[in-house]
Amino acid sequence: MIYFNNVSKVYNKDSVALEDVNLTVTAGEFVSIVGHSGAGKTTLVKMILADENPSSGTVFFESINIHKLKNQDLTKLRRRIGVVFQDFKLLSNKTAYENIAFAMEAAGKTDAEISSDVPHVLELVDLGNKISHFPHQMSGGEQQRLAIARAIINQPELIIADEPTGNLDPINTYEVIQILKKINDLGTTVVLTTHNRGVIDSVGKRVITMERGKVIRDDKNGKYAI
Amino acid sequence: MIVLKRIIKAGFINFSRNGLVSWAAVLVTTITLSVITAIILLQAVLYFSLGQIRDKVDVTIYFNVSAPEDQIMLLKSSLEKLPEVAEVSYTSAEEALRIFRERHEKDYPTIQALDEIKENPLGAYLNVRAKEVSQYESIANFMKSDNALVLGGDDIVDKVNYHQNKLVIDRLNSIISGAQKLAFLVTLILIIISIVITFNTIRLTIFISKEEIGVMRLVGASKMRINGPFMVEGAIYGMIATIITLLIFWPVTVWLGNNMTSFLGLDMYDYYVSNFLQIFVIILLSGVLLGIISSFIATRRYLNK
Repeated sequence: MIYFNNVSKVYNKDSVALEDVNLTVTAGEFVSIVGHSGAGKTTLVKMILADENPSSGTVFFESINIHKLKNQDLTKLRRRIGVVFQDFKLLSNKTAYENIAFAMEAAGKTDAEISSDVPHVLELVDLGNKISHFPHQMSGGEQQRLAIARAIINQPELIIADEPTGNLDPINTYEVIQILKKINDLGTTVVLTTHNRGVIDSVGKRVITMERGKVIRDDKNGKYAI
Repeated sequence: MIVLKRIIKAGFINFSRNGLVSWAAVLVTTITLSVITAIILLQAVLYFSLGQIRDKVDVTIYFNVSAPEDQIMLLKSSLEKLPEVAEVSYTSAEEALRIFRERHEKDYPTIQALDEIKENPLGAYLNVRAKEVSQYESIANFMKSDNALVLGGDDIVDKVNYHQNKLVIDRLNSIISGAQKLAFLVTLILIIISIVITFNTIRLTIFISKEEIGVMRLVGASKMRINGPFMVEGAIYGMIATIITLLIFWPVTVWLGNNMTSFLGLDMYDYYVSNFLQIFVIILLSGVLLGIISSFIATRRYLNK
């Protein structure tokens, strides 16, 4: 599904974010990318979203060279990917309902679909009673669950979760990982970046370890190895 | 259609939820529109005053006493055909005498001298008003030209007073054109300053949403779906600012009409009321376009890949 071919990202001489990265993620996989801060995890996921352009090499989503896409096609591709961030990145002046509805509107869903699906997905992440709350009226765990709800609402083929538990306490961390596992069990590919040992060990699936922009290990059913 | 409906709805919701930020943008837009309205009113005063000055300038063609009326009328009609000429009025020799007598009715020696002559010593004359002050010279030149001579102008014309008034007319002409150029320049500068201030205020309100624009992009929203609501918000700033501006200028023009009409030479309130629709359209279009274009430009920079 995702294919990195000799991808490098160099900001300047002293700042190499990615160096000659080659990796493949197949459909339905749950891949955890681990590494210390500055290892290149976030740059890697930004490449998949075309939020960053590689200095050299190519990134493919299925057979599409992501960085060759025109703006309009890139917008369509992003609708096939759900994203969850460490800092949630919710729309602060929209309610929980509107945050999710916005993603559906962006995907061209009808008002009827929106009004039937949004309450359902909010129930799924246990936020049924927070439908009219603004993000600032919710706890960190609730905000992250809302971000996950937004990411899955359009039934994307791929979920990218960039340090989704970084700002959460252990209980919320556990809940978020359980949701991501459930999503993966239903067939959606998940790419998770983290430096949380407990998270990696509890997922127990493929682990790619990065260090200074390079992939140094790629273990099936791997454990945290830094 | 459904996308447009969603964009408009989102624009109104954003406006109401942005609270003080929205009202700050409305305030700055109101200031810009007030400057534009004030400029419209000042231009009206300027053009009214210049028009009054222009009306006081004319050229008179005096004819010989023996000049036949049909030849004068022929010259009059050919003058009226000139594109520079706004109006030509004919005063017969009898009428000229009557006016002269009226003007000098208390000047006993002059009237007595006139009575002693018995015959009318005054000839008829044509009063010519040009459309522009600068066009008097070409009218005077016409009188010297072959066309006028064919009509017998050379034989019947006693004198054309343009040459006596030339210095005053030229000076007036340069004052009028200088005033117009200065007014245009000042207007342009004030409008540009106001637009830049408004543009930057709107840009600042959108800068606050920079992160959210990035999120919308990553969620897969189209450019139109992202910047549309901001443009609607910009249009709302313009519409509300228009209403506030027109409400502010209502009492202002009432006061100016009551207290400054003799000084300005124009009743501002009358002008404001009789041109209200035009002013409303100009201000509304300026405000709405300013809001929409500023929002469009400001969001565009955050919408690139």
